[in-house]
Amino acid sequence: MAFSGNLLSWLVFAPFIWGLAGLLIPARNPSWTKYWALGGTIVAFLLSVVVYLQFDATSAAFQLQESVSWIPSLGVSYKLGLDGISLWLVMLTTFLCPLVILGAFEAVEKKHKGFFFLLLALESAMLGTFLATDAFLFYVFWEALLIPMYFLVGIWGGKDRIFAAMKFFIYTMAGSLLMLVAIFYLAYQFNVQSGMGISTSLFDLYTVKVPGDGYLSAQSLLFLAFALAFMIKVPLFPLHTWLPDAHVQAPTAGSVILAGVLLKMGGYGLIRFALPLFPDAVRLYQWPALVLGTIAISYGALIALVQTDIKKLVAYSSVSHMGYVVLGIFSLNAAGMSGAIYQMLAHGISTSGLFLVVGMIYERRHTREISAFGGLAKVMPLFAVAFLIIVLSSAALPGTNGFVGEFLILLGLWQTAPVLAVFSALGVILGAFYLLWMFQRVMYGKVNGEENAQLKDLSTREILVLVPLIVAIFWMGMAPGFWFSKMQPSVDALVSKYQASAVAELRKVSP
Amino acid sequence: MLASIVLLPFVGFLANGIWYLTAQVKGGKSISARNSGVLATASIAGSFVLSLALFIRLIGLAEEERVFETVLFPWIQVGALDISFALRMDALNALFALVITGVGTLIHVFSIGYMDHDESPAKFFAYLNLFCSFMLVLVLGASLPVLFLGWEGVGLCSYLLISFWYTDPEKASAGKKAFVVNRVGDFGFLIGMFLIFTTFGTLDFAALKAAFATVAVAPGIVTAMGLLLFVGCMGKSAQLPLFVWLPDAMAGPTPVSALIHAATMVTSGVYLLARMSFLYAATPDALSVIAGVGAATALFAASIALVQNDIKKVLAYSTVSQLGLMFLACGVGAYATGVFHVITHAFFKALLFLSAGSVIHGMHEEQDIQKMGGLRSKMPQTFFVFGAGWLAICGIPPFSGFFSKDEILWQAFSSSHGGTLVWAIGSLTALLTAFYMSRLFILTFLGKGRTDKAAHAHESPWVMLIPLQILAVLSITGGFMGVPHASWLEHWLHPVLAHAPELRAGVHHETEWFLMGFSVVVAAAGIAGAFFLYRDKRAADNLAARFRSIHTVLLQKWYVDEFYEAAIVKPVARFSSFLWKTFDVKGIDRVVLGFGSFAGQSGTLARTLQTGSTQLYTFLILVGFASIVGYTLYGIFR
Repeated sequence: MAFSGNLLSWLVFAPFIWGLAGLLIPARNPSWTKYWALGGTIVAFLLSVVVYLQFDATSAAFQLQESVSWIPSLGVSYKLGLDGISLWLVMLTTFLCPLVILGAFEAVEKKHKGFFFLLLALESAMLGTFLATDAFLFYVFWEALLIPMYFLVGIWGGKDRIFAAMKFFIYTMAGSLLMLVAIFYLAYQFNVQSGMGISTSLFDLYTVKVPGDGYLSAQSLLFLAFALAFMIKVPLFPLHTWLPDAHVQAPTAGSVILAGVLLKMGGYGLIRFALPLFPDAVRLYQWPALVLGTIAISYGALIALVQTDIKKLVAYSSVSHMGYVVLGIFSLNAAGMSGAIYQMLAHGISTSGLFLVVGMIYERRHTREISAFGGLAKVMPLFAVAFLIIVLSSAALPGTNGFVGEFLILLGLWQTAPVLAVFSALGVILGAFYLLWMFQRVMYGKVNGEENAQLKDLSTREILVLVPLIVAIFWMGMAPGFWFSKMQPSVDALVSKYQASAVAELRKVSP
Repeated sequence: MLASIVLLPFVGFLANGIWYLTAQVKGGKSISARNSGVLATASIAGSFVLSLALFIRLIGLAEEERVFETVLFPWIQVGALDISFALRMDALNALFALVITGVGTLIHVFSIGYMDHDESPAKFFAYLNLFCSFMLVLVLGASLPVLFLGWEGVGLCSYLLISFWYTDPEKASAGKKAFVVNRVGDFGFLIGMFLIFTTFGTLDFAALKAAFATVAVAPGIVTAMGLLLFVGCMGKSAQLPLFVWLPDAMAGPTPVSALIHAATMVTSGVYLLARMSFLYAATPDALSVIAGVGAATALFAASIALVQNDIKKVLAYSTVSQLGLMFLACGVGAYATGVFHVITHAFFKALLFLSAGSVIHGMHEEQDIQKMGGLRSKMPQTFFVFGAGWLAICGIPPFSGFFSKDEILWQAFSSSHGGTLVWAIGSLTALLTAFYMSRLFILTFLGKGRTDKAAHAHESPWVMLIPLQILAVLSITGGFMGVPHASWLEHWLHPVLAHAPELRAGVHHETEWFLMGFSVVVAAAGIAGAFFLYRDKRAADNLAARFRSIHTVLLQKWYVDEFYEAAIVKPVARFSSFLWKTFDVKGIDRVVLGFGSFAGQSGTLARTLQTGSTQLYTFLILVGFASIVGYTLYGIFR
């Protein structure tokens, strides 16, 4: 293949370059811009399929690696590579982006070119984040994606878009600054310990040994610096308050990207950096993380219960669902870790679906107040079916993608902390409650008002957006082996470090 | 073949579902109940024929070889967890499969007539097929997670069918209530599965049974497993305190009440106990709880059924009560008896619900028995079959209910896990059952029509009557599979269930004949009481007026819904509002925004404050800290 040597670079930069080229399209032809952008995301998806086909599922090693020296004085190099965990997050990103663009065809009312360029730039930044194997490069991509996101919310957002964009930008950037400091501390420490010069390469950092006994040891502080950045992104209670504002103000495309991919970067960061770099600190802070995750599940669900704005409801449901991800990761066993990654993928699909669905009725009615709707099932039967399937997947009905992740996470957590597993499982009840209640108020009852009675059912374009998500929901729900088989070696390698302690925990539980 | 049993109704669901949606998109005329109904009926009937064929093959096999298994595909395999999507049929679930597909087919046929005037019968039949498919996964699943998939799947279909006429907000709410209350039970089920998996390392029923025989487990853990799974049963099978969804579920079309909320889904809990009987046999404590909950539910629900006026509500509470009797049987270790009552109850309760449907149909959607009366002459066929169901549930020999109910009472009395108290509660329930069912029968069919509607009621078409007649025959004769001391059923189930408990000390087999006679007297007394009281309806109304307070409490269903509303639903909503508006927005978020403005202002402030005095710095740090804390608290408690 022509690009076999640097396939991943092609994948990362293709959307961005494609987007730049798209800027040359005359502004009087918005539909050209749309199809051009759609084409770009489809190209990226096809490239990711090539990556998938070349990926060797039997190995836990990073594959398709690329490495170029970048800033030698700081030991920074441009390094890409992927393992079984990043593979699926990359696929999730390239899968969602075409749907986001297709979903936004009718939604953008001004500055088309900028909007679609920013989405493509965002895709590049996200792919870079998942593929970087140099800590500094990771940081660069991580921060870079804030810029297109900031503009997407700030320009195409709702009434309070400027405030929400600022809050999102400053909150997440401030949270990441300490991570940058920590990265360079580790890079210098690598030189001290190995004498091979400063390096921010992930593989070099993995070899650094930092004293880790005590809650305020060097390792613990470094862990906290990383964890703060990641847990803001997840977002883990109580660091979540940027999310409802950002979601409510963002345009649908922004919300989908935010919930579908951006939040996963927090979980990914924990898995890629915090767990392998700081094993002692992770064990020390395992309990606080588990307790916060447990609180997040019920906290997010309870607040979702009383929301009057559908988007805010979905935003708080993300707080609840992402709490499961933190629990799975910090269960530190195979079931929990696999479940956490699966939950990230499942949440990426189902919550994207929810935001897209909300966007579709918002485009029709220009409101997201639950009370403004009622009886839509009667006038929009196809929409009702799609909405219900997505709601059920979000409520983790067995047979859908949501169940597999939650089941494995709770099973893993049960082996580590049975009492917390019991409290976390409360989310099973609350989740069904707020989702079905919302569904009932929007879709059931008598058709509420003349405007609702006139609503059109899904268009062909909207069906094309939702069908891939629905297929993914059932495919992931019934044949999770397809996904697990690719990531199993990577998960096993990651968990094996903690396995000794996990086995000990298991013994404590079972008699 | 085993897979086809599950797949056939699923294909029927897809066919009708796609048909319905295409018709919707085209906006043309809707599909008739006959076309969609015949399609759906054919798929479930095919499933019945296959079940029957496998059942006959099972009979031909030697006792220990009576198992068919098929692995469809690997489902969830991670680390030590290995869940295959496997189905396994043995002597126990073969019976359930027959009941589900057999009674299911009859109810499908009935629905062709019943849903004739509905707007979207194709959607109805799609859901009904989907339900059957999930129900078959539930009983045929070879492991707890596959059972759980069916368990949640039937819950979904129940939700969809209860809120089938969703334009009525009350019906939509009833569907949601059913799903959420069931989720409370599923919470226990899930935790139970985790505990079982970490203890035995498997969730497959056969492997669990084998592991249970070899692995030594502390009795407390076994009890915990048993009780956690039973929490799931409380939800699905509508036992105290989670029964509240079932009476509301009557909002669904009547065939749904017959199929899901009487004959099949609600008995899943009994199936689960029977399936796990090897585990329950080792935990007398869990059994006592089950027997206690069952007995309490049986009596409690029967008391409510005494005064209800909605024909379906009476039958709904009756179902809750009969389910209580089944759990009472399982709780005293007589799983075969519990299964026996599941089967006879499926016959006569499906019959009663469908006849009630026929009555509602003939009365033009009227459900209040106060407004009925005299339907004997208007709907003679319905009257006749309802009569058969009525005598069966009352326990008059030789109708089917007599055999199974009598067996439950005998087991409750004689089992080493049983006792006089649970027997007495069971007998009292039987007395009340005979009374309220006779009251229902009298007010509906006897006397004179009390309204115009009753005077102009019409008999239902043959497509509804034939299934009723078949069910009537089954309700009359079904009990003979379990004749005391010559029970084919007990013999059949003997290899797969935990063995029946020992006789309680001091109980003799001769007592059984005496108790049998006694239970007939109880049933007759209940019937006679109702006939005496309702020979003149005004006399009965006067009696109700005289004991108004008791009557009101029963009529209002002991105010359980109101209690849950006040004790759980409202406080949760209030607490959630507090979390959102006060704790989240005014608390956490204020601190976050505070940091933001702090950063901006501190620059300006810092210049003026740079005095170099350490004491001042310390003081300011304290002030700052205190103000952050104070600011948060102010936000919360303002």
